[in-house]
Amino acid sequence: MTSFMSRKDFILFAGFTIVVLLLPILAAPFGAAYPDLLQRFMIYGIFAVGFNILFGLTGYLSFGHAAFFGVGSYAAMWSFKLLSINALPALIFAVIIAGLFALAIGYVSLRRSGIYFSILTLAFAQMSYNLAYSVLTPITNGETGLRMTLQDPRALDRLFFEASPGAPVPSIFGMSLSGWNGFYFTALFMIATFFLAMRINNSPFGMMLKGIKSNQNRMNYTGFNTRPYTLTAFVISGMLAGLAGALLVVTDPLAGAERMRWTASGEVVLMTILGGVGTLVGPVIGAMMIKYFENIFSSFNANVLNNFYSFLPDGVREVMVTISSKFVGEGWHLSLGLIFVLIVMFLPGGVMEGVRRIAASFNRRANGNKAEARVATAPAE
Amino acid sequence: MFEVIFLQFLNGLDKGSAYALIALGLTLVFGTLGVVNFAHGALFMLGAFCAVAFRYFLTLETVTVDPTKLSPWGQPVEVREPLVQAWFGDFGAWLVNYSVPVSLLVCIPVMLFVGIAMERGIIKHFYKRPHAEQILVTFGLAIVLGELVKAFFGPNPHPQPMPDTLRGAADIGSWLGMRAGVITYPWWRLVYFLFATAVIGAVFAFLQFTTFGMVVRAGMADRETVGILGINIDRRFTIMFGIAAIVAGMAGVMYTPLLPPNYTLGMDFLVISFVVVVVGGMGSLPGAIAAGFLLGILQSFASMTQVKAIIPGIDQIIIYLVAVVILLVRPRGLMGRRGVMEA
Repeated sequence: MTSFMSRKDFILFAGFTIVVLLLPILAAPFGAAYPDLLQRFMIYGIFAVGFNILFGLTGYLSFGHAAFFGVGSYAAMWSFKLLSINALPALIFAVIIAGLFALAIGYVSLRRSGIYFSILTLAFAQMSYNLAYSVLTPITNGETGLRMTLQDPRALDRLFFEASPGAPVPSIFGMSLSGWNGFYFTALFMIATFFLAMRINNSPFGMMLKGIKSNQNRMNYTGFNTRPYTLTAFVISGMLAGLAGALLVVTDPLAGAERMRWTASGEVVLMTILGGVGTLVGPVIGAMMIKYFENIFSSFNANVLNNFYSFLPDGVREVMVTISSKFVGEGWHLSLGLIFVLIVMFLPGGVMEGVRRIAASFNRRANGNKAEARVATAPAE
Repeated sequence: MFEVIFLQFLNGLDKGSAYALIALGLTLVFGTLGVVNFAHGALFMLGAFCAVAFRYFLTLETVTVDPTKLSPWGQPVEVREPLVQAWFGDFGAWLVNYSVPVSLLVCIPVMLFVGIAMERGIIKHFYKRPHAEQILVTFGLAIVLGELVKAFFGPNPHPQPMPDTLRGAADIGSWLGMRAGVITYPWWRLVYFLFATAVIGAVFAFLQFTTFGMVVRAGMADRETVGILGINIDRRFTIMFGIAAIVAGMAGVMYTPLLPPNYTLGMDFLVISFVVVVVGGMGSLPGAIAAGFLLGILQSFASMTQVKAIIPGIDQIIIYLVAVVILLVRPRGLMGRRGVMEA
């Protein structure tokens, strides 16, 4: 095991796997233990982990990752429509298409860095979005969104089985992927993605990417051509975004253009930052937090708030309800934006950095004398 | 044929003006503070909502039921009278009619306050931090501003009427000695273009001909040296941020009759304006303005039916396509200085 993976990594990976598989139990106290929400945790977790492979390791801030997510969705949907209701070919097809798409966009965008890279990716994503809404309507079904119908050819299915009656539901080799099956299906991919991210993080390739982040010029001076490395990272993260998009279609068979919008790209950036850029677990935590709060906050309404503030006198309660209703329900994005601004200002490393700081303060208290002595001698060096 | 081309050229001018004004503010902020401000579109939107709010207060009205008059259905008629009109008579009616241009007066102090508060409250802490973090924090800020507006004004667009006298279209063709009715152009768009030209001229004159502007230009060239000379350059840059906010806000106010504003307006314009700035050349004021008009006009030409018949969907992507080509072929944009943000 040691040659394959260090002990520390093994513990992290095993812990992550256990937590993910036990989520239905662990999430119960938070009122989040239903498959629909949990599988969204997994899907956006994959998306954020993939995004982090690009942004966290190389420092290239892409503002167009939703394009790959959307392309993955459309590709999976077409595989359902044309080939088979089985999820496996859909996922493979989606990942390949998203990968090709990422290769083309990455090849062009990675010629520039910094803000120009952000704007190039943004421009490409907006182009895809606008086209999906207008000219490409035969492929994307425009505003209505693409969905399965009974009349779809589904060539592979027709070859082997009689057409089954009723509306088609995505399945894997005959096993339906609704409910808890869907969650465990996405969870498997989440774990695999996490494993991949961990391997990349520890590999020489990952070290190269980190080197590019800290100083690309020096990497160039050392004689490395950095572009193939960044392009590989871009394609991998695009493929993971495509996988996430396809999984979303598997669990909820509808593909719409609005998930390619640049606000959607912004959302994955938010998740990654909130959790912690450049960490392994951070993006997953960020994705879970945003999806959880989105779910909880947007379900709050005036009644819930009235109950919540029921201990207050009437006049005060009304004021409090009016104020806080701006932050929940329809207005939950306001809270999200505020949290995000505060995080970027005071805790640029996200939740993970917060955890680290708290842990560090505990450590200092535990062996305070030693640390103080070290600090005292430090300036003399 | 000439008429068609000229008409499309005119049609692009008003959008181009809006792009140029927003890009001007973005470039001012980037050139002075070195901050990439993703919340600039939100300032444009806030300006537009200044006009909405102003008109809302102007048109608060009393509703009285007049039992002596009956509607054709036999119901008593409700008489609505704006309070302003009741108090000030004809002047009040004039005020309601001209609410959009008059709200510029409201917008200027509001935007100055918002801009300076934003700069002192948040952006100040980000001078030295990487561009990625500046983008992120201002992006968060843009979300907050958009959602605040949504919380108060709701998600639907608020159409703003233009003054009665400026309704309808100007027959520009006949001014140029062509047949009447060949080239007509809505008055308000013409006003918007002239207004944009005036604002742009004012900003340039301010930078070029005042001592304050001279100091700011010196600071843009070499901030440290100006600081060493004993000038509080940070304060002047903060004021420049306020001015950029005012420019964006005024652009937003005047744009309301053309496009009913809602809370996503800022984001919609921001993406394009950033593209404009990059095409013009990061940090170059003339570049931002030239690129703004250029892209506005290009977009107008791309949405001609004849062009769309050849390349379907070109009107949707032309701006981004131009941006991609410019960024790859001429990295510093049309008029960018060599070496400024060229990497």
